[in-house]
Amino acid sequence: MAIWNEAKECMSRDQMCVLQGERLKKQVKYVYHNVEYYRKKMQNVGLEPGDINGLEDLTKLPFTTKDDLRDTYPFGLFAAPQSEIVRIHASSGTTGKATVVGYTRRDIDVWAECVARALTQCGIGKNDIVQVAYGYGLFTGGLGAHYGVENVGATVVPMSTGNTKKLITMMNDFGATGIMCTPSYLLHIAETLYETGEINNIKLKAAVCGAEPWTEKMRQQIEEKLHLNCFDIYGLSEIMGPGVACDCIEHKGLHVQEDHFLPEIVAKETLQPVPDGELGELVFTTLTKEGIPLIRYRTKDLTSIDRTPCACGRTTARIARFKGRSDDMLVLRGVNVFPSQIEAALLEMDGILPHYMIIVDRVNNLDTIEVQVEVEERFFSDEIKELEKLTKRIEGVIKTAIGLAVKVKLVEPKTLERAEGKSVHVIDKRVFD
Amino acid sequence: MFIKQVSVFLENSAGRLQSALKVLKNENINIVSLSLADTNDYGMLRMIVSDAARAKDALKAAGLSAHLTDVLAIKLPHTVGSLEHVLSEVADAGINVEYMYALSTKDENACIVIKPENAEACAKALEDKKFDFVTNEEVENF
Repeated sequence: MAIWNEAKECMSRDQMCVLQGERLKKQVKYVYHNVEYYRKKMQNVGLEPGDINGLEDLTKLPFTTKDDLRDTYPFGLFAAPQSEIVRIHASSGTTGKATVVGYTRRDIDVWAECVARALTQCGIGKNDIVQVAYGYGLFTGGLGAHYGVENVGATVVPMSTGNTKKLITMMNDFGATGIMCTPSYLLHIAETLYETGEINNIKLKAAVCGAEPWTEKMRQQIEEKLHLNCFDIYGLSEIMGPGVACDCIEHKGLHVQEDHFLPEIVAKETLQPVPDGELGELVFTTLTKEGIPLIRYRTKDLTSIDRTPCACGRTTARIARFKGRSDDMLVLRGVNVFPSQIEAALLEMDGILPHYMIIVDRVNNLDTIEVQVEVEERFFSDEIKELEKLTKRIEGVIKTAIGLAVKVKLVEPKTLERAEGKSVHVIDKRVFD
Repeated sequence: MFIKQVSVFLENSAGRLQSALKVLKNENINIVSLSLADTNDYGMLRMIVSDAARAKDALKAAGLSAHLTDVLAIKLPHTVGSLEHVLSEVADAGINVEYMYALSTKDENACIVIKPENAEACAKALEDKKFDFVTNEEVENF
């Protein structure tokens, strides 16, 4: 298969380290002089840009977390003035406040470059028709994928989410050869194709899936059902969006676009770097970002790294399929949800927090979210009408808070589990190997 | 004029109804009448019992969600059209019925339990038309 940017994707490890070192030096200097928050953060630990001379100095720098983004909401970590920002994306934060990121024109170009590399890796080129069925909007999935498809010269069909019937009709009528969506949605599409018998008409050859945790088994299942190659694409809005990393036909880890995003794996507890191959939290430092450059951003995703060259010909470091998260964030139908958002919504209803439990499951390959709420004295009514009103009201406040429809189930008082100390509010029944 | 109904919120799953009834059995409380409304997830058990206040306390002590609700219990003759007659008066007064069920009595009359949207107005409308109501004292002696 072709390689989009051989010069960058097939560098020797030494060359890559030199390039990363130079870019790191430049990025730190840029951040120090343009973001007051970072300047203070560095000054607090007695650091100046001159102290960072290469990769060996990386660990001197303080970490960045989602809290930093929240504390500086909305634009406090932007390094470029508004006049240079051409786009905003946002994702959910732990307390319901969105995490806002901004892109300069060059950032958008770099992003499209990264997605183009990923798509080339997946065998997609200008002779392909690709349906993008990630959500278009504040979520980075839709637009991020879209620009990448255009960049490789393929024909992009911006489906967005929500209309499976239309997606399948166009898949047939246009002879789509590629699709980008969440893996669970693709399995749902596959089932529909089998039900309608249209499975024999489709021309799909590659699927690029991501935005939610999934398993190698699920990937193979998709390949078998749809007779195509299925790839795992990774990204996060804080760093860029989809395309930060993507696996290749070897399926031995996701190639990180290391010349733009410097990966580290640190131990969950000590936050000290761990040797290659060992499990830890993935940390990224952006190397070329202008809009919102982040230094040592803790992704909370758990994985390991392999810096040996890949059989596909690329030398970029590969991260393993994710093993989970070091925080309680849930990824539901591609949307990041923190249990605390649901809690805040329940609390806001009347100022008193009812006992609740979030039950996450996957039924027919689609994530389902049920929030069980105890019917306390203040909620009680002997009329079903009133109880149904209550159910709808709770469903409404949660939907507003997380942007996803949930099913609310009223349960008897004192029937939900009460754990000693930190109570357990989430039961995730989905299986990720 | 109003009588006390015990309302219990129950999960729609095996054994929940029985667990509520067991509490009443152990307390030696007689169930005069009951209705059970069900939804996918939960049910609402509504009962007229020999001692509503004690029933509520016992159910609560057993960890169940029990409450007392005021309802109207109207005596009716066992004749065709008598229930329709009551409801036509309720309808004429512009009052909606939330739910209703039959109450078993030992005497010759039939009896219907009604939870109207506007309890006071409904009671007044029926009183004006000389309908007879079952009282709490009567319930205790059923």
